[in-house]
Amino acid sequence: MITGRFFAAGADRRIAITIFILLAAAIIVPLLNLGVSPASAFYVPAYIVALTGKYLCYALLALALDLVWGYCGILSLGHGAFFALGGYAMGMYLMRQIGSRGVYGNPILPDFMVFLNYKELPWFWHGFDHFWFAAIMVLAVPGLLAFVFGWFAFRSRVTGVYLSIITQAMTYALLLAFFRNDMGFGGNNGLTDFKDILGFNVQADATRSALFAASAVMLALAVFFTWAIVGSKYGKLLMAVRDAESRTRFLGWRAENVKLFAFTVSAVMAGIAGALYVPQVGIINPGEFEPSNSIEVVIWAAVGGRGTIVGPIIGALLVNAGKSWFTGVLPELWLFALGGLFVAVTLLLPRGIIGMWDSWRGNAKALRAASVAEEAAKVAVPSAISKRARSPARNPGEWSLSDPEPQAAE
Amino acid sequence: MTRPQRPDGFLRRPDVQFKTSRDLQKPMTLIRAGLTLLFLLTTLSSSGAADADLRGIIAKFATVTDFSETGAVVRELTATGDPAVERPLAALADGNLYVRTADSMVLVGKEGDGSVQLFDPLSGEAVGQASEEDITKITVNNTLRRTIRDALGTLTLGSKDPTVRVAAADTMFKTPDTANIEPLDAAIASESVASVKALLEQARAASILVSDKPDADKLAAIALIGARGDRNAVSLLTSVEASASGAVKGAATAAIASINSTLAIWDAGQNIWYGISLGSVLLLAAIGLAITFGVMGVINMAHGEMVMLGAYTTFVVQQVIRTSFPGLFDWSLVIALPLAFLVSALIGLVIERGVIRFLYGRPLETLLATWGVSLILQQAVRSIFGPTNQEVGNPSWMSGSFAIGQLAITWNRLWILVFALAVFGVLLYVMKRTPWGLQMRAVTANRRMAASMGIRTPWVDALTFALGSGIAGIAGVALSQIDNVSPNLGRGYIIDSFMVVVFGGVGNLWGTLVGAFSLGIVNKFLEPYAGAVLGKIVVLVLIILFIQKRPRGLFALKGRAVEA
Amino acid sequence: MSKSNTILYLDGVSVSFDGFRAINNLSLVLDKGEMRAIIGPNGAGKTTMMDIVTGKTRPDEGEVFFDGQVDLTRHDEAEIAMMGIGRKFQKPTVFESHTIEDNLMLALKGPRSIFPALFHRRSAAEARQIEDILGIIRLGDKRHELAANLSHGQKQWLEIGMLLAQDPKLLLVDEPVAGMTDAETEETARLLKDIARDHSVIVVEHDMHFVRELGVKVTCLHEGSVLSEGTLDFVSADERVVEVYLGR
Repeated sequence: MITGRFFAAGADRRIAITIFILLAAAIIVPLLNLGVSPASAFYVPAYIVALTGKYLCYALLALALDLVWGYCGILSLGHGAFFALGGYAMGMYLMRQIGSRGVYGNPILPDFMVFLNYKELPWFWHGFDHFWFAAIMVLAVPGLLAFVFGWFAFRSRVTGVYLSIITQAMTYALLLAFFRNDMGFGGNNGLTDFKDILGFNVQADATRSALFAASAVMLALAVFFTWAIVGSKYGKLLMAVRDAESRTRFLGWRAENVKLFAFTVSAVMAGIAGALYVPQVGIINPGEFEPSNSIEVVIWAAVGGRGTIVGPIIGALLVNAGKSWFTGVLPELWLFALGGLFVAVTLLLPRGIIGMWDSWRGNAKALRAASVAEEAAKVAVPSAISKRARSPARNPGEWSLSDPEPQAAE
Repeated sequence: MTRPQRPDGFLRRPDVQFKTSRDLQKPMTLIRAGLTLLFLLTTLSSSGAADADLRGIIAKFATVTDFSETGAVVRELTATGDPAVERPLAALADGNLYVRTADSMVLVGKEGDGSVQLFDPLSGEAVGQASEEDITKITVNNTLRRTIRDALGTLTLGSKDPTVRVAAADTMFKTPDTANIEPLDAAIASESVASVKALLEQARAASILVSDKPDADKLAAIALIGARGDRNAVSLLTSVEASASGAVKGAATAAIASINSTLAIWDAGQNIWYGISLGSVLLLAAIGLAITFGVMGVINMAHGEMVMLGAYTTFVVQQVIRTSFPGLFDWSLVIALPLAFLVSALIGLVIERGVIRFLYGRPLETLLATWGVSLILQQAVRSIFGPTNQEVGNPSWMSGSFAIGQLAITWNRLWILVFALAVFGVLLYVMKRTPWGLQMRAVTANRRMAASMGIRTPWVDALTFALGSGIAGIAGVALSQIDNVSPNLGRGYIIDSFMVVVFGGVGNLWGTLVGAFSLGIVNKFLEPYAGAVLGKIVVLVLIILFIQKRPRGLFALKGRAVEA
Repeated sequence: MSKSNTILYLDGVSVSFDGFRAINNLSLVLDKGEMRAIIGPNGAGKTTMMDIVTGKTRPDEGEVFFDGQVDLTRHDEAEIAMMGIGRKFQKPTVFESHTIEDNLMLALKGPRSIFPALFHRRSAAEARQIEDILGIIRLGDKRHELAANLSHGQKQWLEIGMLLAQDPKLLLVDEPVAGMTDAETEETARLLKDIARDHSVIVVEHDMHFVRELGVKVTCLHEGSVLSEGTLDFVSADERVVEVYLGR
């Protein structure tokens, strides 16, 4: 039924193109890496595969964040936590796969546990020797945390910056917790020195290509699902909650449940992104819980254009490519550039690249035809969002107000 | 003989002593410091006759053949009870007592480059130099060192300086010995200062416990030591409990229990103090935020960086003082305060005019933009000053500590508490009693009305933000005294500050005060049970839960107006 | 006073914010099928009363019953809305980033849980209902336009249309004609009278011409309690009402 809508004539072309590009990349890039001789001009070196694979995971994370921020107005500054939890779940599987090949050669206990004098495996490490179990945990752990956290937060109607701050406190608390050695997650060294994934060497080019392909396919799937969610009646409700939460309540909708569903789905997506990320970078440590990482994700989404599906992906790819370039060429200047980006995007480009593009194209169209009404229904919906999110239809109790003047926090 | 000579025979090698387990050496250092004073007094008055006797005994060191003979001489010297023997004994303990081969003179030596400077063992006058071949060191072993140390302790009981006597009593309490009883009895009899007398009696009681005196005496001693009630008493009684039997053992057990329960109260007191101290730090860090967030509703993620700038201003001020006006060092913080306020306030003003004013009413965007500003400020400071920690010194009035009962209170923490409360008081006054504060509150309450009454609201916004930033700057001056001054200084405070403001209730300065201190105290009380990190996690989780219960904090305003 | 046969029953309701009594021992009864106009100066407690009825604010004391038996103080906004109380805000509140049609679709009576919404497809019956409402609120030709692009008066109507889509038993309408032209005001009065034929309605309004046009029983609130109640002529003849409005 949803698929039916996707292939119907009205399907959003932009989404279709994005999915097509991702799927094509999933096939072509590994082919160019494995099947083409290194001497050829078409050869894609392994490090590029690994790097772009990493970017695709970031893009998935940005898309997950955008589902709650762009479409529901929940600015989560703790999505890095879900990403890291998914990563840790995968990392635990990879640690168990090392088996007796570790430095200490213990067939059951990972090296850091031998080092810290663990006598036996902690209970929460059981089951992670099976991939299926780890895969379930990748979905379940971030999902459950988001569900419990969201259940408390949304029911008590914690909104706006308060919510942002407590999500930040959540990831900060997890950061502190995972730094502790006696948590059983390897302390500040985290989990690393992975050997195999599903029996294949994680270092091998073929495995890396496969992981890249998996990331691309997963991102394509996520794009499709996000598109399906956003286009459904529920998706419209989600935006309605963003724009006028109390109006939805007085219509009989449970705004807290609406948010909770999106938040949980988004956390699961972030967890998947983390799980794909870890085997590609070969390490997961508590640094991933740093609040600054989570805020950086926000800027990816903002650069690309929040409240759009393609925007966060473009933003994540662009910003991270920029980061790689800067840290290679002008490492001193990277934080200046990133900081400047935060300021510039919020001040000058509130709707991101996609939003700019749409409004530019929208203007061009308006000059031409009277068929705008028909277009507005389809094209302008995403483009109108970021601007409209702040327009006057605000309720009592909402944070954002239309007037550009300070409002006391009370 | 080119080098200046100082009569400092037993003040030698303080550097080495500090390097080796500081805590252990401290009492000894103290004793010696006191003894120098004592020595100066005694050398002026010592009589010639006693001097000759002492020299006779000291000369015996030249003929000793083993450690037990050396010990006998030491005891003989001690028995004279003359404080003048302090110098040769201390030199002996440190391995600095030599015999000159040529004339069998016993002298104190100080090793220099290739040769040894020699001093008279009693007067400390320089008597020339010798090469190492010309002299023989009088060797000592650990047993002897202990004998000497005990002897020195006994000796100093007769000192004229009460602090020396206190130190001696303390040392003897910690190293009880049957041999101490007699000198202590004598000292107690002649002691005139009541507090010192009590300490001497406790030292005597400690010695009684290790002696073979009757149980009745020991029970009395336990009672006396139990009344002392500190940790040293507990450790002494614990060893007694282990070795004794019968009534003495029971009494020791009871005394330990009673001391421990008293100590638990002191511990709680200490925790409260630590909590208040942490609370004052939190208050300082959060109070500027309480203005920008509470009054203006601006989420300033660069707030921590304002604190950092204040700390770096202090650093710069101290650098200038160090290089140009070393005499002013004690005033460095006072000089840094207004400068830090100005620096941070100015940068705050620039941020408000340049970024924030375009984002009013869009708190989430403000949050992101100010985060960007914080990255820029951090990197700027890193580029200018480097990524490492900078050395910011404590002025003399900020260093050291004092004790109230069993509470140890450091001066810097106390001053920061006083300072935090002073800043709070001033801010409260500004907000409630000055025209500017009135304008600020008017703009908060009803912006349009305020504007139509002729208040320039944009200026009030800008100045309020500058005020909040400036206060963060002076908080940085205070925090530079207790924290590492690095570009990441602010990062550590931002989440805590937000927690304080949100917990206390936004827009309410008193809420911030209560929030800061209650979070500080709760944190410090959790630490012994959960550890520092887990304690912090627990606090964070509690706050998260609390915010969900009372989304608007402890002292929230209620009503329709709040939500409108 | 019997609760049966009433649609809304408030007795001795009080609520205060930080010592300020917004509602003070308010008692109000609305019969089934009745339309009532509530007037009163600013700060009289009109909006707070609506907040109490719709579950946004909990009263400190007093009884609030809906349909004779349901204690509204025990339910939250969504539950109360599902029971059949619709509310229009003073400031028109519609979903600006959605089209008119989607606004109505989200308001349409039906299941209010997440998963049905996720897999929802518009049925022919729903399409018909939306069509009807679009006709009533006269926005049929703008159905694909974003609500943000509507004029103030049109937004008011859209909001009323959303109430209709909700098909409530009781409508609370807060200042429906604020910012409307005279013609629009007349039109709105006609619309509300239409609605009142098979719904109970409470209208809060300042505009006396509009209230006169409605021609229903009027309650005047002042300082959180009922000052006067009766026909508009009766109420406006009441000296205390005059005093409150004109300030002696």
